[in-house]
Amino acid sequence: MASTTQLAAPPAEPATSSERVTRRGKSPGMRPNIIGALGGWFWLAVIILPVYYVIITSLKDQAGFFTTNPMLPPAEPTLSNYKLVLEQDFAQYFANSLIVTIGSVIPALLVSFMAAYAIVRGSGWFVSSTNKLFLLGLAIPLHATIIPIYWMITRAQMYDTLLALILPSIAFAIPISVLILSNFMRDVPNELFESMRLDGCSDWTMMWRLALPLMRPAVVTVGIYNALHVWNGFLFPLILTQSPSTRVLPLSLWTFQDEFTANIPAVLASVVLATLPLLVLYVVARRQLLSGLTAGFSK
Amino acid sequence: MASMISTRRRALSRGPSGWLAVPALVFFLVFAVIPLVGVLFLSFTSWDGLGEIRLDGMSSWAAVLTDPVTGNALVVTAKIIVFSFIAQAPISLLLGVFTSGAQKYRAALAVLYFVPLLLSSAAVAIAFKALLDPNFGMGPGLGIPALTQDWLGNSDLVLFVVVFVIAWQFVPFHTLIYQGGVRQIPASLYEAAQIDGAGRIKQFFHVTLPQLKYTMITSSTLMVVGSLAYFDLVFVLTAGGPGYSTRLLPLHMYLTGFKANDMGAASALGVILVVIGLVLALLLQRLGGRNRSASQLEGA
Repeated sequence: MASTTQLAAPPAEPATSSERVTRRGKSPGMRPNIIGALGGWFWLAVIILPVYYVIITSLKDQAGFFTTNPMLPPAEPTLSNYKLVLEQDFAQYFANSLIVTIGSVIPALLVSFMAAYAIVRGSGWFVSSTNKLFLLGLAIPLHATIIPIYWMITRAQMYDTLLALILPSIAFAIPISVLILSNFMRDVPNELFESMRLDGCSDWTMMWRLALPLMRPAVVTVGIYNALHVWNGFLFPLILTQSPSTRVLPLSLWTFQDEFTANIPAVLASVVLATLPLLVLYVVARRQLLSGLTAGFSK
Repeated sequence: MASMISTRRRALSRGPSGWLAVPALVFFLVFAVIPLVGVLFLSFTSWDGLGEIRLDGMSSWAAVLTDPVTGNALVVTAKIIVFSFIAQAPISLLLGVFTSGAQKYRAALAVLYFVPLLLSSAAVAIAFKALLDPNFGMGPGLGIPALTQDWLGNSDLVLFVVVFVIAWQFVPFHTLIYQGGVRQIPASLYEAAQIDGAGRIKQFFHVTLPQLKYTMITSSTLMVVGSLAYFDLVFVLTAGGPGYSTRLLPLHMYLTGFKANDMGAASALGVILVVIGLVLALLLQRLGGRNRSASQLEGA
């Protein structure tokens, strides 16, 4: 996109300026893309409809849920469902999710960043085979390993603790993190490293003082991407925890389903509440996340 | 001390030490590679999840391979992989090309498209369960009889519902990948095509598609291998039912191991899952010929 606008930038001569205007009008397509626009708006409707349904239903009381039209907002919106959910130890589950997410994402970023630095700046069989191993990890459905992980966690006396969720989450985040971070690391100009080396800096210094500040957008992107995965993770909590004191949000949604049975508005209120933190994060960091992900995966 | 530093300098001038990769490697070895070997080992044992693990030769494998439910799970998994690929790939590609356009509103749409990725699969499943309800969901709400079905209770329909929900949740991610891919296509290619008189459709087929080859391989690989990890969504949405109609392989593995307490058989299913994933990933890489990710995989 950026390069298109650059190419359409004004040339000096007035003779070409009229051509520029028409070209800019045409660029990047020619006529307005009506079919594309229709498809784009249609998909937006597909995306929004369930979200709309969840939100309006969560604002209905139980009687209203059974009597009003399901697709119309309630005449008298109520927050009572939210109150009910918040009274069900929601804060505890929220805190657990927060601990597990931060506890996994920060260490995963740290070790992946160091590994990406070694892989891109270093050489030799060790780093190249480590890199190959991580890439292989992308091709393997790692969830197939839940039974040995369950065995390890129980043997290590960690069953039903938050640490049991954190440790495998770190490991599972590493392959994709290393891949994206090393893609970005390759873009850091070699001259910068060389000039720092001439100043007598060690690799350790260059990694934290040069590579990290330059790659901050990539690190943030990878961090948010991993946070999404860990925050929404369901399988590890399902097999590695059991008591309410270690319950995380996605699992709590599932248990709310049983506790509230017919109270669909309350269940959907819990869905909204569990998603809210990520929504806030997304609103704040969407530009960074989207541009980072598009760049990170298509190199 | 000084000499130590100078030797270290000399070593460093060839690039950073491989030690920097060790922490990540250790985590990955302990919680991914060792379990991968472990799942193979456990498939030759019998274990109820609590008691002793006993070596049991091929009996778990014999049980798994003769169980008709395994065959059924493989068929369901294959269907989900194929159908969800057919559903997701064209939509993601077209939306990716569309959102990469220069118009402002397209970028705004891309921001909204991402929203499903913020929800957990459990949340998505719960939302769709309510939305698809034949009494209190969208069917009666919109007054469209065709949408008023027992979507999740009808074994002929349920698989397509699962595929739709998967597409709803994961198309945004692949759209993003394609969007990035399109943005890396040099604008000069389009200008050359325009000078040659190629219209939008010709440009799409002769410039965009060929240039997106690597992006397609990346996205397809993630899509196909990702299909083997659809667990939570299906688990919460249908729990594999009705009957066995959506009991795909990962779910079958979980239920065999943690509900039927047969960890040996579940491990055998896990091994099958890993093998399928590897074979599919390698096939897709070969299909695309030698490309960047393949050469990365081979360390070239």
